[in-house]
Amino acid sequence: MPQKISPRKIKIDQQDIPFSEGQSIMEAAEQAGVYIPHLCHKAGYKAHGSCRLCTVKASGRWVSACTEPAEVGLQVENNSSELQSQRRAIVQLLFAEGNHHCPFCEKSGNCQLQAVAYSLDMHDAHFAHQFPHRTLDASHPEVLLDRDRCIQCELCVRASKEHDKKNVFALSGRGPHTQLIVNSESGKLKDSEIEKDDEAIKVCPTGALMNRSKPFSVPIGQRQFDNIPIDQQSTGKSGNNEAQP
Amino acid sequence: MKISNKKTGKRVVIDPVSRVEGHGKVTLLLDENNRLQEARLHIVEFRGFEKFIEGRPYEEVAVLVQRLCGICPVSHHLAAAKAIDQLVGVNQLTPTAEKIRRLLHYGQVLQSHALHFFHLSSPDLLFGFESDLHRRNIIEVIKDFPDIGRQGIQLRKFGQDIIQAISGKKIHGVIAVPGGVNRSLDISQRDTLRAQLPDVLEKSQKAVAISRDLYLSNIEMHQRFGFIESSFLGLVDSKGALELYDGNIRIKDQEGNIFQDQLDDNHYFDYIQEEVRSWSYMKFPFLSDLGIEKGWYRVGPLARINNCDFISTPLAEKARQEFIQFHHGVAQAPLAYHWARMIELLHCAEQIETLLQDEDILGNELILKGKAQQEGIGVIEAPRGTLIHHYKIDDEGLIEKANLIVSTTQNNQAMNDSVREVAQEYIDGQEITEGALNQIEVAIRAYDPCLSCATHAMGKMPLKLELFDHQGLLLDTKTKSGF
Repeated sequence: MPQKISPRKIKIDQQDIPFSEGQSIMEAAEQAGVYIPHLCHKAGYKAHGSCRLCTVKASGRWVSACTEPAEVGLQVENNSSELQSQRRAIVQLLFAEGNHHCPFCEKSGNCQLQAVAYSLDMHDAHFAHQFPHRTLDASHPEVLLDRDRCIQCELCVRASKEHDKKNVFALSGRGPHTQLIVNSESGKLKDSEIEKDDEAIKVCPTGALMNRSKPFSVPIGQRQFDNIPIDQQSTGKSGNNEAQP
Repeated sequence: MKISNKKTGKRVVIDPVSRVEGHGKVTLLLDENNRLQEARLHIVEFRGFEKFIEGRPYEEVAVLVQRLCGICPVSHHLAAAKAIDQLVGVNQLTPTAEKIRRLLHYGQVLQSHALHFFHLSSPDLLFGFESDLHRRNIIEVIKDFPDIGRQGIQLRKFGQDIIQAISGKKIHGVIAVPGGVNRSLDISQRDTLRAQLPDVLEKSQKAVAISRDLYLSNIEMHQRFGFIESSFLGLVDSKGALELYDGNIRIKDQEGNIFQDQLDDNHYFDYIQEEVRSWSYMKFPFLSDLGIEKGWYRVGPLARINNCDFISTPLAEKARQEFIQFHHGVAQAPLAYHWARMIELLHCAEQIETLLQDEDILGNELILKGKAQQEGIGVIEAPRGTLIHHYKIDDEGLIEKANLIVSTTQNNQAMNDSVREVAQEYIDGQEITEGALNQIEVAIRAYDPCLSCATHAMGKMPLKLELFDHQGLLLDTKTKSGF
């Protein structure tokens, strides 16, 4: 009689979480319906590890859950006050670094950055706003690029390359001068291959990339995060916390 | 309230003026005999909306500009939306979209009027203009006049319920999108609102009676108080009926004669200009044909009730007729604003009743599209008066230029003149008391000013009263700690 093989497991906040060979801590958590805050991660895309919001303590080490492979016996600390406080500070820095005007942003209610901020109990930006001067690209009749709202997660870069097969976006510059650039001769969206239904637009976790053809078409109350907080929407199976356009 | 004495004289500051929206101060200039020479209402806020929306995509403007105000955001939302409809080439909305927007607007005017009369002004009218400062608030009204207090709160709540049902939030919701609306009502929402109507209509009629009876209770003083004479401007429909959402401009002179009628609001710039004065962030609009000196006018409930030939709803029309008969055609007393305001509140309640019977508000045809253009003008009757939003966009749909002429701005000269009249009667050559200062506030309050809107600041509304001699020497300043 064949010996029954015990499933591989890690522990996240004392809870046994099964995982498969090759999965990251994030993937295992999502599969089990455990929410680890994140912004640059999206199921189906190669891990990026840049936003650092998914930082957890894995057997005493600080690691990003989206890039760290799950290993048998790993003890992961996720929902601790220490980690949540640090995550809140990261989100506050994102708000202070960009120009995120939620009151009139069409993405409000569908915005992952905003939803994560609520979930982390963020009440203000804490840090002094930088008010950077960033340019807006409205050259395309159906797609808007508002760099004020870009958190440089590179999801659009990955989606355009891996999903849309177009390679429309890239990050350029260094430090505070880093910005999203458009791959076209003029550097404008109108001369790029972008189309309003591209995945690159849909994956944007903020309102940096928007489909302009139906503005504010989702009524308040029907937006993704109006009724259920992001930390309670983690289905695990799809790993899809991203806002729908 | 604090009063300080200096070698140069008393210094009195009212800071903040309570029960109005925004920040302002009053300066009184005296001659060498300490007689009043000039009275000025200064608006000390700077908002800058017209400037900082430049470069933003037109499609977000109707949501952005409603942040001008927390009391009448719906008005800004809809005025901007009407302008943006033009940008997307839509001159006529679907019946559902138009009726949903109208329903929202009537809810907004109803709640704003209820707020102003019951919460902000009724303490003056019920307790007396110079009554104990600590009693002049809605809480004391509820204690001494529980029926009136509750009535105001319930009426306002109904208006807010409508706003929430339609736009998703009581304040700063979103419903208007370019060329239409993003949703209609569902049956359960409609029925919930309908169920409140009998009570709302009854309370609205009582509100008219209360405002009328209070006005008539000391009619000689109330008609004299802050009295000025002006022309009036507002929208009417093609038949001359009171119109709050979409109509043409009518102007009546101070005798009540029609001066100009059925003016195309899309050409407001042909007949309205704005003057800038160095001492206030609020502009002074005037009628081009009459010039700066004679061209100022009033807007808001008093202007609208004076201007229209009739009101399309029966109860409000009956109330209007009584109002007009009493005033022999045209009412000029600032305190008559309250009575006129409650007539409009009743009209809104009746309009809401009509719309809630209309199946169109449940419809699915929400948005139209047309041929895009680069300039759009939206004019609406906000609770405080005619509101103009004017936008120009570039080839990419970004705002190139914006001009907002807000209701309170158009009452700027009138408020200044009423302040002067009251100061002449209650301050001139007399000791400045808190009660006397409230007389000035009562005059300003009658216009229901929203100084935040009018300057396109956040927070409370400080008014600073300063007394200067003829050489510009500060004599008195008075301040209040607010409420």
